[in-house]
Amino acid sequence: MADFLLEIGCEEIPARMIDAAEGEFRKHVGDVIERGRLGGGPIESFSTPRRLTVIAKGIQSEQPHEIELLTGPSVSVAYKDGQPTPAAHAFAKKAGVDVSQLQRKATDKGEYLYAEVTKKAGRAADVLGENLPKAINSIYWPKNMYWRKPNEKFVRPVRWMVAMLDGEVISLEFDGVRAGNQSRGHRILADRAVSIPSADTYVAAMADAKVLNREAREYQIRKVLDAATRTLSGARWREDKELLDTVVNLTEFPSAILGNFEREFLALPEEVLVTVMRDHQKYFAVEDSSGKLLPHFLAVLNTDGDATGVIGHGHERVLRARFNDARFFWQTDQKISLLDRVPLLKKVTFQKDLGSYYEKTIRVQCAASWLSEIVRQNEIAIRPGIVHKAAYMAKADLTTELVKEFTELQGIVGGLYTRAQEIDSYLPEATRLAIGDAIYDHYKPESIDDSSPRSIEGAVLSIADKADSIAGMFALGLQPTGSKDPFALRRQANGVVKAISDYKLPFLLSDLMRDARARYQESDAEKKFSADDKFNESTRAFFRERLEFFLRDIKGFSYDVVNAVLAAGDDDVVDALRRAEAVKNVATMPEFQAIGAACKRIRNILRQGVEKGITTTEKFRLRPESASEEKALATFMESTVPEVETLRAQKKYSDALLALSGARGPVDAFFDKVMVMVEDEKVRANRLALLQTLLQQFSTIADFSEIVADGKES
Amino acid sequence: MSPETFLRVLGPNPYKVAYVQPSRRPADGRYGENPNRLYKHMQMQVVLKPPPENVQELYLESLGAIGIDLRQHDLKFEEDNWESPTLNAWGVGWQVMLDGLEITQFTYFQQCGGVDLDPISAELTYGLERICAFLQDVDSIYDIVWARDPLNGRVMTYGDVRFADEQQFSVYNFEAADVEIAWQHFNLCESECRALLSQYAAVAKSSKKERERFPILAAYDLCLKCSHLFNILDARGAISVTERVGVIARVRALAVGIARAYVDQQRGDSLADSEPEPATAKKSKDSAKSKDKPQLTPVGS
Repeated sequence: MADFLLEIGCEEIPARMIDAAEGEFRKHVGDVIERGRLGGGPIESFSTPRRLTVIAKGIQSEQPHEIELLTGPSVSVAYKDGQPTPAAHAFAKKAGVDVSQLQRKATDKGEYLYAEVTKKAGRAADVLGENLPKAINSIYWPKNMYWRKPNEKFVRPVRWMVAMLDGEVISLEFDGVRAGNQSRGHRILADRAVSIPSADTYVAAMADAKVLNREAREYQIRKVLDAATRTLSGARWREDKELLDTVVNLTEFPSAILGNFEREFLALPEEVLVTVMRDHQKYFAVEDSSGKLLPHFLAVLNTDGDATGVIGHGHERVLRARFNDARFFWQTDQKISLLDRVPLLKKVTFQKDLGSYYEKTIRVQCAASWLSEIVRQNEIAIRPGIVHKAAYMAKADLTTELVKEFTELQGIVGGLYTRAQEIDSYLPEATRLAIGDAIYDHYKPESIDDSSPRSIEGAVLSIADKADSIAGMFALGLQPTGSKDPFALRRQANGVVKAISDYKLPFLLSDLMRDARARYQESDAEKKFSADDKFNESTRAFFRERLEFFLRDIKGFSYDVVNAVLAAGDDDVVDALRRAEAVKNVATMPEFQAIGAACKRIRNILRQGVEKGITTTEKFRLRPESASEEKALATFMESTVPEVETLRAQKKYSDALLALSGARGPVDAFFDKVMVMVEDEKVRANRLALLQTLLQQFSTIADFSEIVADGKES
Repeated sequence: MSPETFLRVLGPNPYKVAYVQPSRRPADGRYGENPNRLYKHMQMQVVLKPPPENVQELYLESLGAIGIDLRQHDLKFEEDNWESPTLNAWGVGWQVMLDGLEITQFTYFQQCGGVDLDPISAELTYGLERICAFLQDVDSIYDIVWARDPLNGRVMTYGDVRFADEQQFSVYNFEAADVEIAWQHFNLCESECRALLSQYAAVAKSSKKERERFPILAAYDLCLKCSHLFNILDARGAISVTERVGVIARVRALAVGIARAYVDQQRGDSLADSEPEPATAKKSKDSAKSKDKPQLTPVGS
């Protein structure tokens, strides 16, 4: 048994990549150990910006012996007159045994020679040294770099490696670096080589050299943030998981300082202040118990505190400059109102083939107005004037200095400026604020987990804007493929589906796409567009996938329910959701298990009918020769269908399905006794019509043949 | 980008250089009214080709040399990759943060003028105004002490030296620059640069001497002028959306042509003077095949 340690020492690895890389590294080293038959205890890992480390305790120091059977020539070839031939000698030599040790076994093809060979047991050090370079090399990095051609390529240059099996250094080379037993300490606090005697002293030796593991760093950061905030009464730091992960992975030995900024900056919108602190300086915001921002910030340092106060002073100076910039941009931006900025969008590219943001603005404004009208006709409360005005100004903030500097504030800045500026003197205050809110929110939901805009006007604008982008890109053939989605179209489509669902909007996805594409008519972009049918097909498939994802992963419906529901229609989000609810409610009823089987059967019969070119009458008519089960089913249909259709029209799908559940008895009896594909054409056509009507009643809600029987449901 | 960086990182020859370079970005001008933004700022550029193994440590020592005791400060290397679409150049690296202030851009160049680099160069760009403001602890760049008169102690500030520059060039770039004339300049520089590049294509096949004295540096100068004129036109708002991509592509075409020509000029002997060397450096599976038929790599293709 032995303990193994491998540390790769690097120049600073990007913070965003470290966690995933550590996991992969641990897995790849584990695979080497397992494939090398060195299996031992659990494998631990360790990471900082400058190192990835794996510790495998209790692995085998040597591979276990393994006996292998080698099959040789047939006995008839290997022996002549009882004497071994050259073939037998050659095989014995190859297997490394004496001819007398060769054994025989019977196979289908006759008797063959075989030899038992003890496979040479490799030393763990050799097995690891040989296989680890490939394992290290297979760590996935979102972006690689060369530092020496042609072979030295990694996320950042590798500068040292430690590879120890118990107390021994193993022979290992990667990217031109030979492993030894010397690690390195913290860049500033312990800038020296650190000897690692063995794996079990590693963590302690590193802590001594001011290098802490991820968990220890996170713990330490939380502790110092709490302690620093406690010096202000009633204050707390604003929890931010993403920011915390980032600073954890930017430090080897963290501490924090509490800094201050001038109270006057609090006059700037909180969104701007927090973005500057969080996204640009990686500072935590400090707030009071009601969540209101306080004129303080917390900076996480990669050193052991700030004894002289120089560091805090420096961070304060930088933040002051940043806030000054932001205030300067804010004030400069007020010189041209958001409304007057709209024509300036002619000079801002939306996409090189799709033209400017001005052109987009005009398209989105028309589309949003059309959508508001649909909403209004469906008697859902909306203020079309607000949508119209907001759509016109929504992108104007792209011309502001503040958004050029803080791009993540697009939309938000537009909203803030609308609140702060006069648009038209006759506009009531409340209307202006509503327009501002719609603009502020119109990039939302930015993902399926993000919330929808606060108002229906914002939601409609958001949908029109996203539909315009998706349609434009698809028409150019720039749809996402595999893991590549450079324009984040999947996220945008998820946003469309979510906003429609949250506001129960009566939009058909295919209408959205057709309309958005049509609005490019007679533009330069249109000359580069793909054909209509190709566009319709690809956007439909794309949105179907999004809707599937939404129903399954977000709304929690099972695969078969989602498939059944979408087979009956994948164009109307709200309707699909309602149908899914209804189907989920009845899917486990025994009646529907039976109906599912019957639907499958009906579908097959109807398909056979079509394939054989058999005609079906349009409507079932009771005929003198009709069988009694046929009559019973027809009677059931006659009495139930009108009710079902009414319920369906009212979108009461559960009630409709319950009414239809009575079909089980007549249907089962029908299939028990009645033959559909009989010789008599008229009888046959009539029966097919009956089945078709029945199937239609179900399949406008869901394709029940998709429903998986109890117990198999995923 | 100075030819000391753009051209020297190309080709196989090792090179080390440090120089101060004014960097002009017309659109960043603020009429001298913003304490942290400048139309023109000073960078100290260090190019290390190939980068020594201790390049990061050398960099940290350089901070010590200008009086920054790292034990008193908070230092982080944060991912920041660099790219220039007009020059078809990019690299991977960090912004170096000192007490929350970005003081240096540290880049391992991977490609320049569309040419894959071998060896790789490390480029360190020190932001001099920021470092000075940091060292002198002033909030505005304009308050930096530029020089102190040794006789009477009178101070010349950065503002005294550069304010007019910032103000007047902001006026020029945003208001006064004649768009029509700037376009003419652009077209002239571009056509002369292209003419030089096609002349080089002819010269490349002639004698080594003719090749080596060919003014590729001048061609690069013309390309830089185009790049700057593009920036002025852009700041002036004279480049429409549809034009923009096209104009960037025009400058990039010059940069790519220059990079190729420069690499060609740096190679040992011209094709006309000697037989091409067979590629022996790489032991690929195909090497046996390619030995039978030595292939010429077309120049400037």
